[in-house]
Parts: sequence; C-alpha cells; structure tokens
Amino acid sequence: MDWPFLIDVARQLLSGVPLTLQLAGSGLLAGGVLAVLVASAAASGIAPLRWIALAHVEVFRGTPLLVQIFLIYYGLGQIPELRDSFLWPFLREPYWCAILALALNTSAYTAEIIRGALQAVPEGEVEAARAAGMSGVLLRRRITWPIALRHGIALYGSEVILMVKATSLASVITVAEVTNISYRLISSTYRALEVFVVAGAIYLALTFLVSLAVALVERRLNAHHAHRRT
Amino acid sequence: MTPGTFELLGFGPQGWGFLLLKAAGTTIAAAICGFFLGSLFGLLGAALKLSSLLAPRMIGQFYTTIFRGVPEILIVYLLFFGGSVAVTQVMNLGGFPGFYSLPVFVIGVIAIGLVSGAYQTEAYRSAFLRLNRGQIEAGAACGMPRHLLLRRIIAPQTLRFALPALGNIWQSVLKETSLLSVIGLTELLRQAGTAAGSTRQPLLFYGIAAILFLIIGRMTGAALGGLERHLAKPWSR
Repeated sequence: MDWPFLIDVARQLLSGVPLTLQLAGSGLLAGGVLAVLVASAAASGIAPLRWIALAHVEVFRGTPLLVQIFLIYYGLGQIPELRDSFLWPFLREPYWCAILALALNTSAYTAEIIRGALQAVPEGEVEAARAAGMSGVLLRRRITWPIALRHGIALYGSEVILMVKATSLASVITVAEVTNISYRLISSTYRALEVFVVAGAIYLALTFLVSLAVALVERRLNAHHAHRRT
Repeated sequence: MTPGTFELLGFGPQGWGFLLLKAAGTTIAAAICGFFLGSLFGLLGAALKLSSLLAPRMIGQFYTTIFRGVPEILIVYLLFFGGSVAVTQVMNLGGFPGFYSLPVFVIGVIAIGLVSGAYQTEAYRSAFLRLNRGQIEAGAACGMPRHLLLRRIIAPQTLRFALPALGNIWQSVLKETSLLSVIGLTELLRQAGTAAGSTRQPLLFYGIAAILFLIIGRMTGAALGGLERHLAKPWSR
C-alpha cells in the first residue's frame, strides 16, 4: 500500500468537495423552486400551461443529463440574442451552465415526486378538513402539504443522492469538482484503482450523510407516529 | 455555400443522417448488451443477498453499495484506465511487450453492466421476496425438484414482479450509454459532438441527439409496457 500517494490523492480530491457540494446545493435549490412551479403548472386548469409542464418533465427525464449539459454549454452560445444579453457572462461559464443543467434536470424529477406525493394524500382527510370548515390555503397548509411532504420525503432523499452523483458530469465541461480532479490524476498517473478508491469513498461518505439527514427529517416528520415503533 | 438544416441532417454527401443513425445503433447495442450483462450480475447479486450465510450477503451488500453510490462516470474511468493497465500487465507477463487496451465498446458494456446489475439486484431481490411462499411449499410438496420449481413457479413470477423496476432501469441504462462518449465510443452523443464541431451547429446536433434519445426511450418503453401486460395475463380476471 502506497500511503503517501493515497494521502496526496485524498488531499487533492478533498479540495474539490466544496465545488461538488455547491453544484448539488445550488442545483437542488433552483431545481426545487422550478419543480414547485412545474408541478403547479401540471395541475393547473389552463391547458397550455399543463402541456408545457408535461413537455418539460418528458424532455428532461427522457434525455441524458450529459446531452442537456452539452446543449446548454455549447448550444446556447449559438443564439445571437443570448450572446448579446446580460445573461451571457453567466452562460459562458461552465460552472453556471452545469448548475442550470442540474437544476432543470432535477426539477423534472422533483415535479413528478411532488405530483405523486399530492396524489397520495387520502381523499378522506381532505373531506374531513372541508367538513370542519377548512378550505383554500388553510386546508393546504394544515392538511394537504404536511401529508404530501411525509409521502414524498423518502423519494426526494434518493433524488438528492442522485443529484450528488450527477454533479460528477460537470467534470466533462472542465468544472474542477471531485470527478474532474480524479480524471486528471488517473490520466496522469495511470493508477486508476487507487484514485477510484479515494474518490469513491468521498462520494459514498457524501451520500451516506445525505441518507442520514433524510432519515432524521423523516423521523421528525413522523414523530406523531412514534408510539407505533417498538 | 453553407448547407441548410435539411442537407446537414440528410443522407447526402454533406449530410450526417447516416452517421447519426449508425451511432444510434451503437447506443442501442451498448444499452442492450449492458442491460443483459447487468441482468446476470443482478441475478447473482440477488442470490448473494438472499443467501442464508453471512459472507455472501455481505459481498452482495458491498456490491450494491459501491455501484449504486459512486458516480457512473468514475466507474467508466476506472475500467477504461484500470482495464488497459491490467491487460497490459497480463500481456507483458505472458511475454508480449507493448501497450494493450480493450475495445471501448467492451469496457463500456462492462461498466454499464456492473452499475445496472447493482440496481437490478434490488429489483430481483424485492420481486423474489414478494413471491407467495405457499406456492413454493406446494410445489415442493408435489415433489417438484428444485430446478423445476425454479422454472415453473419462481422464475416466471419473479420476472413479472420485477418488470416495472426493470423497465425503469432500462431507461437509465439507455441514458447512461451517453457517458461512454467520454472514453471515445462513437455513440449518439459523441457522433453529435463530432458533427456539431465540424459544422458549428451544436444546438442542432445536440438537439437531434436529445430527440433520438427520447424516441428510443419512448419506443422501448412502450414495448416493455406491452410485455408487462402480456406477463400479467394469467393473473387478470
């Protein structure tokens, strides 16, 4: 075992962790907001809005994330109006392109999770709330959303884990996160296994922390069912 | 004169149509081979995880944890660089000096097989656990030997229960093949990239790649849905 090499690799790869977390965090934040909009559009009574939302989900779930990244990073520069707009300083940067692609991608999956969670709210609970005189925002805030949140949280947890893994694709457009540094180390030293072990351990640690956090949130959300646990 | 969109996508001398279709064929071939290799790994993984012994269970757990928790692209890099180093070492030891590597298609299929196998492990395992224990006991009581029991009772129902999950895994396998572009396999994305580079039309060609991925996914999804309904027939009333 070549410990000095492994320690050196670990030091270099860990320097990419903040960037990996930034990509995942920003992508999830922006994607989450967009997902709420898409899910509301998908449930709205206005047909064109519904079509746009359905097309959004279909396109971003049906095509590879890498294609989406390339379309945004290489493709958007082809539109002259965009090149002249105030957005160009952002869309020129691989970092922002990666975040945009990750956000759009996760928004489609998250919108589906929201839709499924809202559908899983039992009709009876809503009827009971209406019978008690609740309606509108009050009904949603007190009954629909809390129940839907409990249904959706586990699935959203796996979406977060997929997102942490998906940040690795930003490496392809030169964002220097963990996978990008790993690739450069592997192709310069040809010691693929050692670098893979360290990089893999970093990703496993990150995903483990995410699943731990989700389990804690789930436990807290279901605190009123605690007496059912033995 | 610069060729228009139709010439660029057509099958003429300036058209990329034929190359794109060929690349789509490579994508489908890599996805199918990777998926079936993954089925092999998945069945093996499920057998390990369902074992009554601790050691096989731990090996199975290790396999699914690693290959579901680490980004796919890292696994592709590991096999691409690590594979050629290993093959070279074996060849050099065997008295053939020089540098050797495996074809990228083979490396890609193995990478996709390993990753999708980890997901398929869970699909097969949970499908097996849904089987009605009474049927297996009844079969055994009728005097069916183990292989007959497997063929007549266990396999058909496990497949039926696993099929919806397998359909989802197939869709991700199809999309994962795009990662093989980074090691130089001329599949849909890489071919689109080449075309985009030489015509300076990235929007058009990556857009076409996206549309082709959507079409392939939709068509295979419909076929799998049909298979699902077909397998569910004996249980419908």
